Amino acid sequence: MAVIHDVMPAYELFQPTDVEGAIALLNEHGESARVLAGGMDTWDWLKDRTKRVTALVDLAGIQELREIRATADGVDIGALAPLSTVVKDPEIQQNYSVLAEAANKVATPQIRNQGTIGGNVSQDTRCWYYRAGWPCYRAGGNICYANTPASLNREHAILGADRCVAVSPSDTAPALIALDARMVVQNRSGEREIDAATFFIGPGTDIEQMTVLRTGDVLTTIRIPNAWSGASFYFEKVTDRKSWDFPLVNVASALRVEGGVIQDARIAVGGVAAKPLRLFRVEQAIIGQPANEETAAAAGELAVRGAEPLRLNGYKVPLMRNLVKRSIRGQETV
Amino acid sequence: MADFKLIGQSFAPQDLVAKITGRAKYAEDFRAEGMLFTKLLSSPMPHCRVRSIDYSAALELEGVVAVLTPDEVPQEEHPFEPALTNEPVYEGEPILAVAAVDEVTAANAIELIRVDYEPLPFVLNPLDSLRPGGPDANTGGNVYNGREITTLKWDQSVFDGVGPDQMPIGPGTEEDQWEYGDLEAGFANADLVIEETLYCQSVSHHPMEPRTSMAYWQNGKLYMHGSAQSTAQARRAIADRVGVELDDVFFIAEYCGGGFGSKIRGSVLEVIPALLSRKAGRPVMMRITRAEETMMGRARPGMLGHARLGMRRDGRITALDLFLVQDNGPYSRQGDSSTSGDVSALGYTPEAMRASTVSVLTNTPPRAAQRGPGGVQIVSMLAPVVSRAARQLGVDPLQVHLVNAPNHETEFGRGPYPITSAYVTEALTQCGELFNWSERRQRSGQRNGSKVRGVGMALSPYYGGTSGWDGLVVIRPDGKLYIHQGVGNLGTHSVVDTAKAAAEALDFPWENTEVVWGHSSRHLPHSSSQSGSQTTHAHTRANWVVGEFAKTLLQELAALELGGSSSAYQVSGGRVFGPGGSLTFAQAAERAIARGGKFDGHELPEDINDMTRTSATALAGQGLVAAAKDNLPHTARTYSFVVSMIELDLDLETGMHEILNVTSVADCGTVLNPRSLIAQGNGGVIQGIGIAQSFKWAIDPTWGVHLSKRIEATKPPTMLDIPTELIFAAVDLPDPQNPVGSKGIGEPPVGAGAGALVCAIEDAMGGQHPSHQPLTPDKILSIVENDCLPCGRLETHV
Repeated sequence: MAVIHDVMPAYELFQPTDVEGAIALLNEHGESARVLAGGMDTWDWLKDRTKRVTALVDLAGIQELREIRATADGVDIGALAPLSTVVKDPEIQQNYSVLAEAANKVATPQIRNQGTIGGNVSQDTRCWYYRAGWPCYRAGGNICYANTPASLNREHAILGADRCVAVSPSDTAPALIALDARMVVQNRSGEREIDAATFFIGPGTDIEQMTVLRTGDVLTTIRIPNAWSGASFYFEKVTDRKSWDFPLVNVASALRVEGGVIQDARIAVGGVAAKPLRLFRVEQAIIGQPANEETAAAAGELAVRGAEPLRLNGYKVPLMRNLVKRSIRGQETV
Repeated sequence: MADFKLIGQSFAPQDLVAKITGRAKYAEDFRAEGMLFTKLLSSPMPHCRVRSIDYSAALELEGVVAVLTPDEVPQEEHPFEPALTNEPVYEGEPILAVAAVDEVTAANAIELIRVDYEPLPFVLNPLDSLRPGGPDANTGGNVYNGREITTLKWDQSVFDGVGPDQMPIGPGTEEDQWEYGDLEAGFANADLVIEETLYCQSVSHHPMEPRTSMAYWQNGKLYMHGSAQSTAQARRAIADRVGVELDDVFFIAEYCGGGFGSKIRGSVLEVIPALLSRKAGRPVMMRITRAEETMMGRARPGMLGHARLGMRRDGRITALDLFLVQDNGPYSRQGDSSTSGDVSALGYTPEAMRASTVSVLTNTPPRAAQRGPGGVQIVSMLAPVVSRAARQLGVDPLQVHLVNAPNHETEFGRGPYPITSAYVTEALTQCGELFNWSERRQRSGQRNGSKVRGVGMALSPYYGGTSGWDGLVVIRPDGKLYIHQGVGNLGTHSVVDTAKAAAEALDFPWENTEVVWGHSSRHLPHSSSQSGSQTTHAHTRANWVVGEFAKTLLQELAALELGGSSSAYQVSGGRVFGPGGSLTFAQAAERAIARGGKFDGHELPEDINDMTRTSATALAGQGLVAAAKDNLPHTARTYSFVVSMIELDLDLETGMHEILNVTSVADCGTVLNPRSLIAQGNGGVIQGIGIAQSFKWAIDPTWGVHLSKRIEATKPPTMLDIPTELIFAAVDLPDPQNPVGSKGIGEPPVGAGAGALVCAIEDAMGGQHPSHQPLTPDKILSIVENDCLPCGRLETHV
């Protein structure tokens, strides 16, 4: 049968007003349903007829999911909070600025108004072969079109590839990992909290999924503990153009430095693997070291160890190295 | 300079409020009783043949009204492009159209169609087609020789003689070679000879408004709402494509959401709603999506090439040997590579030069002239070569441009062609002062942490206008002057700006003037397309001429009505007055109608075009009707020039750059509308910067399928990629062969912006530079780290 893209087919739209209602609908419709947050990822798939649903469960009407609340030990961000709200939130700006900065680098003002933080961390990969509907591993097939001797793979993975070489496109994900955020997920069995770094999964765990979310799950809250409140933060995103672009590589870090010595650290990198990578090894190596150029440079080198570039993405190795270095040193200015 | 009242004044065109408030209606905004929507079945592969197609299930779907197949549309012989085809030569080429009550139904119907495709060999990179035994994009051959398609394969030794990243240089096509001067002597006299492989990518036009159109028929006449760069030219093209008489086509296109050359004569796709509507007996709307626009819209041909350039110690270019292979796409021959030769000959006036080009057919989206066609490619490819030569000889790049600058006396290139004017030294000097070149240049190469400063410049010449078109004005009994314009309303304001010439010639107040455009039933004259920077020059001339002619008619009329000799009468402020008294324009219009004959359009000049004659005849008797052909002398080529200078910081750790300043100065003759000029100029410069920094195609080489069909992947520049302050100025000196002194300005800013950005990056990198646009961070970093590109030096669409 012939293929046509770019015309959204009909589906049934449900607009529950509470989380329980959403979960009931998701269970009722099973695999043929999909959760809708801001739609910045979902509508692309539907419009292209590459992924199809019969029911769309729109969470926009669940007011509690849109709120950002300061708590006794941090801040709870409703998964439906628009990215622009996250950017402007005073509590986040003051104490967890790395997240505000990361959210502010997503796409464009219009997309930040429409796109949500829950959607930003749950979004699918942007591998252009996969999104064009090619029957690759991630789409249930048995080939990776992005990893052949002629493939166009400058945006693809240098680390953690396993058959699939797609990368995580999220800008907020590395920031959330650097903040030790926890993802609150609800389904009909109840509520669970997942560490941000384990919320994201690579192809070795499940080649068709980017996160641990499964049918019937609703990501309700992103919980930021106050552990890193007011730490020394860094976020940087490298792109082909300065707006409306996914990261070639991005980096987020949180450092506690006392007397010029790094006491504690979190560093996460996006755009290099199917999931945003928390750099445990690098964190361990720099704790106790002076916060200087030498430590930063060594950390950069360590970060890219084991990188396996594809035909066109070898530049990501020095880029990731440099960004990790800058995440510790800061942007060098003389 | 003449003392003008309207020319040279900033003012807002009358469509401004409608555009800003969203009240302006574009093709997609129209609805007609019983209107259907159509969706297209398009080719999933770059070259194939439809073995069989079964759309019976689609026709049975509720809501589907009609299907249009290739057998039902005129099948032009290659290289002319049909609207639907059974042998697609690019991915996305339309094969069949379904009309249904709504788009979802039409799309669902497409999914019910069974097609059996026979894949055919395809080619994406022109060099692959030139190899012995290489694939041809079309069964008829692989290259253009003049307007003919022939087959050209290079000997294997051509490829064996060069490394993988060096440009192979085989024979060009016969009709596409020229030279002047003594090339070898030029190289012998040079203090430096450098050679460089050249590369410029193909990019889509991507106007904001895709080529959506809507058609219906009434009483055997076709009404077409579309988007075009010329109402007059598109109407004729529609009549030809659909196969009906010109008088049976009404074309409505009051607003055009951009074209950049991709809608010069409308779009070949307009045939689809036209014929589908005739078949279904109902109006049909065809909305084109952004992804479809990437494929079925148009694109700039990319180029691969080689330059050998000789420079004397004083910066004078003694010899230029240019070889270009053009990625022509699958259909009509593109003039870009030929223009590239002319532009480099004029911009650098080499003492001796040779240009040789080959235009190779490929199975990639169809090409069309894109703003500065050929100019943008060659300026962005050659400017860094000149910059590098200047660096090696220790000459300042501005000095190099001054030494080689053309002037009014210059006769350039293969002609050699004389030019009407060239205030290039003035433009270079003014730009240098505005930008503060010498001071900024001192900062070239300065390090600030990981950042390094780069300062670059480029000069971009481009054709500045044609002549010989018609003007048509009516002075009606309401006392108003109606200026009819057959050009499009592309957004450049020139539909209105050029009309001012008629009012200026009549010394008539602008507030009583109406510009009539955008709907062929409003009786439009034979006008140029709004392309090739023609309009400003062509239609200030035509409107000046018709204004002068109307003035003559008014003087003659006054003499007849009031007595005395016609030469004793003057025209000013909406009156004709002289020894016998005066007439207002309103009175003159009434008297013209009463007298008839040549005064009210019943007798028309012999030399006007038939389209103008038809329009003027339809207007006859409605007032004083003047129609005239531009017969003013035009004895040389008209060229405009733009110089751009850019300062930026390049971060060697990320490959990203931050533009600090962009300053440009144009020689476009007398400025018609200063505010419009700045918008046009900066818009073009930004477009060029985007081509140099991020705009691209990505086509999978194995499958020939496009991967960057949407804006977020094809990456034109964004607001944040340019500095908030852009400076654009003009020397504002008159061209002698235009009655108001103006030349076109649409094209040349693009090459200037692209070239200046590439040179600024080249400068920041100390001459070590990717030479492979766009200059994205991956390429910069790969050069910095490994001194090589991530992709092949001659790899296209990557």
